[in-house]
Amino acid sequence: MIRDPKDLQRYDAGERANHWVVGISFILLALSGLAFFHPAFFPLTQLFGGGTWARILHPYIGVLMAFFFVLLFLRFYRLNRMTDADREWLSRAKEMIDGDDHNMPEAGKYNGGQKMMFWWMTICMVLMTVSGIFIWKAQFNVPVDLARFGAVVHAAVGAIMIALIMVHVYAAIWTKGTIRAMWYGTVTRAWAKQHHRAWYRQMTGK
Amino acid sequence: MALQSLDIKQRSATTTPAPQARQTIEIAKLIDVSACIGCKACQVACMEWNDVRDEVGSCVGVYDNPVDLTENSWTVMRYSEVEQNGKLEWLIRKDGCMHCTDPGCLKACPAPGAIIQYANGIVDFHQENCIGCGYCVTGCPFNVPRISKKDSKAYKCTLCSDRVAVNQAPACAKACPTGAIQFGSKEDMKDYAEKRIADLKERGYDKAGLYDPAGVGGTHVMYVLHHADKPDLYSGLPVNPSISPLVALWKGAAKPLATLALAGVALGSLFHYVMKGPNEVSKEMEAEVEKEDAP
Repeated sequence: MIRDPKDLQRYDAGERANHWVVGISFILLALSGLAFFHPAFFPLTQLFGGGTWARILHPYIGVLMAFFFVLLFLRFYRLNRMTDADREWLSRAKEMIDGDDHNMPEAGKYNGGQKMMFWWMTICMVLMTVSGIFIWKAQFNVPVDLARFGAVVHAAVGAIMIALIMVHVYAAIWTKGTIRAMWYGTVTRAWAKQHHRAWYRQMTGK
Repeated sequence: MALQSLDIKQRSATTTPAPQARQTIEIAKLIDVSACIGCKACQVACMEWNDVRDEVGSCVGVYDNPVDLTENSWTVMRYSEVEQNGKLEWLIRKDGCMHCTDPGCLKACPAPGAIIQYANGIVDFHQENCIGCGYCVTGCPFNVPRISKKDSKAYKCTLCSDRVAVNQAPACAKACPTGAIQFGSKEDMKDYAEKRIADLKERGYDKAGLYDPAGVGGTHVMYVLHHADKPDLYSGLPVNPSISPLVALWKGAAKPLATLALAGVALGSLFHYVMKGPNEVSKEMEAEVEKEDAP
């Protein structure tokens, strides 16, 4: 959908669909995972048809997410290489959090914070997938010490991942004009110039 | 199965206290390894009372049959041939759930009410609440729970909680022809063990003693061992069993704290929005871009 012919294309249809598959899987995994994390969240299993169904479904959704995360990773890792400008951006992130990004160092398609998020999520996904295999009793039978270790890693990294995604989602809500990039792929020129000036220049030649 | 006639002391994945008004005594099963002849009557009685039948396997060259605990074999005899003081000794241990005072399975279980500890000390699995995750296996320091391949539920010795609830001794104790399996209050069992240990010491087993490991708060299945200083002689009975520190870390204070931290991130984001406002494209920027783009 082109709302204004001057809008800039940030994501194509394949990228958007891929991101949504990962996002939906993540929400289902977080809800069912929290149910096993602490008794306070156990009622969440009702969303999946009860405790046994939540236990059965969770790892398969995990496999789905891991697969589509790899695709997402291959699409975006080149754009997420850290540069000196990103490090400069990160050292001044406080100004950004304070609510004004007009004087921040110029960011390309992604700023230093987004790149950090990308790599943190990648590390988390690797740890979650491997530790998840260790505790997938129905499919794999690993030595009990490995399962014990896997359970601790899975719970700890799971909590970190939920926190990271909260920050990821909040950043998109906070920065107005961002969510539409996830829905139909485009952003306004003014949005690009304010938040990602280097990318704006690259896209417009200005 | 749920047994209303027994008082509950602890329930898995439950953070509030169980009813505590009634005070009942702790029971225990005492297995006198020195009196066991390895006849497997206890295994048969267990199968019969509990209506479980394991697959008929094949002889693997030793007496152990079946070779391991399964979802259908809640107790097995383990035979080990060891040399002690220059003599061959044939040590036979009836293996099964130890009914720990501090049960690792119950601690690890994420399903409310799937694992119950009764006030009398019996730790019971309630399969109707079991979700089949296998966490109890990681919690157990004795490698006892087994997940069924048929229904994915966890099974183990119930200490015949259904019999004990109506003042009957467990089926295995009832069937034992030599009196090697005794059943009664935990205090009585300790007294009985003391006499047996004194007798064994008199007969030259000066390291004879009671296996009631403190690392799990004591157990409600105890052994009289001729070599209490070397429990591992008895087919790998753990010397000092305790819940793995990994399980304690995983199920301890870390999770409530992590939950608070997550709530903090969510609320922190909300209040950031409320206090700093949205990060909007400024009017100046919009005007600037419009001017640039003007033909």
